Amino acid sequence: MRTRYSAWNLLAAAPDHKDWAPAWRDADPKKKYDVVIIGAGGHGLATAYYLAKNHGVRNVAIVEAGWLGGGNTGRNTTIVRSNYLYSESARLYEFSLKLYEGLSSELNFNIMLSQRGIVTVAHSRHDLDSQSRWANAMRCNGIDAELLDAQQLRSLVPRLNFSKDARFPILGGFIQRRAGSARHDAVAWGYARGASALGVDIVQNCPVTGFVMEGGRVAGVKTPRGEIRAEKVAMAVSGHSTVLAEMAGLRLPVTSYALQAMVSEPIKPVLDTVLLSPAVGAYWSQSDKGEVIIGGALDHFPSYAQRGSYALTQQIVAATLEMFPSFSRLRLLRQWAGIVDVVQDSSPIIGATPVPGLYINCGWGTGGFKAIPVGGWTLAHLLATGRNHELAEPFQLERFATGRLIDEAAAAGIAH
Amino acid sequence: MQIPCPLCGPRPENEFHCAGQSHILRPSLACTDEAWGEYMFTRENPKGDHAERWRHTFGCGRWFNVLRSTLTHEIKAVYGMTDPRPEVKR
Repeated sequence: MRTRYSAWNLLAAAPDHKDWAPAWRDADPKKKYDVVIIGAGGHGLATAYYLAKNHGVRNVAIVEAGWLGGGNTGRNTTIVRSNYLYSESARLYEFSLKLYEGLSSELNFNIMLSQRGIVTVAHSRHDLDSQSRWANAMRCNGIDAELLDAQQLRSLVPRLNFSKDARFPILGGFIQRRAGSARHDAVAWGYARGASALGVDIVQNCPVTGFVMEGGRVAGVKTPRGEIRAEKVAMAVSGHSTVLAEMAGLRLPVTSYALQAMVSEPIKPVLDTVLLSPAVGAYWSQSDKGEVIIGGALDHFPSYAQRGSYALTQQIVAATLEMFPSFSRLRLLRQWAGIVDVVQDSSPIIGATPVPGLYINCGWGTGGFKAIPVGGWTLAHLLATGRNHELAEPFQLERFATGRLIDEAAAAGIAH
Repeated sequence: MQIPCPLCGPRPENEFHCAGQSHILRPSLACTDEAWGEYMFTRENPKGDHAERWRHTFGCGRWFNVLRSTLTHEIKAVYGMTDPRPEVKR
């Protein structure tokens, strides 16, 4: 069975290609593991991979209610960036972006990273001034950022609405050139394949229905396929964080909201960077297939339905036509939503919970995809060593009692 | 989605603002940091019926409570801001 993806193997396997190994094992769960991870989204899969790769902890199972990568990991707009304001966040997301830069090679799986840049548009004097502050904060943290005037912006994104009569005049903006996009499914599949090859069992279509508790400590999970015991259990189930937490008697500062995305019919290249307008509350990029990928602000009422409300869809489409008037004839091909964990300070939670043996990675809001590598890396570190990784130290549950919030609402772009 | 404002009747959703979970009582200011953090940030976030506050911001301005399913978005009850959460048949 061929496992390595390479030019040689492609040639040697031709013409039938019948001897490729499955990308991951469809494992039957054992009775006991060192670590059980709940959720086979990007963060759960990356955690398992780094547990095995960085720490040699291979007696690990990931238990997934649906199919791997079928939650928010398969529903996002594929943007990766590290243009955050505060040092704690900047370090976290920049570490993640650097991991993305080496990920195709690391996983022997093409995640199609395209560092096409992200441009944030300024529509007013206040936008220009606050972007100056934002860009300079990034540079103080060693992250690439460049201010752009209207002329430079026009040559980068010629389709934008530079009309004199524009409701939202374009005065300039700033760009993080190393930001861009990556193929979301490939990130999930790459980590799944890597983890499985290192011995991690991925068990799909197996929802967790409760926790096995022994002396007040989590000792495993209950599933329709029986009990699976573990020394440590970690949850990475954004969208359903409070549903799982409640099974352990734990309450969280998280509310689930729908975040919508949509794609147009495929067209010839019209946009070769990512563009965000905080003022109109939407952002755009173009996939390699030619579809314009459109994302926007959160829906405005709590929801677990993966569709969002049409009121927001209208708002996002209106924002799109304001910024790109020439898109008015495009057909919208598909619209959907994920369920995201919204936390008041738009910053994640990666750490131990008050329930012994139970760990959590949640609260990523609208920004979880870009953080898959660092979310996995830091949670794996905690599970293997019993100590928080220094990057995750500021992002503990305790901050909601101490008040040490890291309020990233503005630089998160689209409010988490 | 149409929201049934108690004063104006059913109006389009974008005339309203959803202000999240209802029936949260502010503790005494002499409470612990943990209790204050709970009050400020911890939420039920049910996958199912949710008692939440809505305001007809771009209409009459009225605040009212709504019992709504977060799974289907179906509105099961509309009741006054100071009324207790009603029991509804599933």
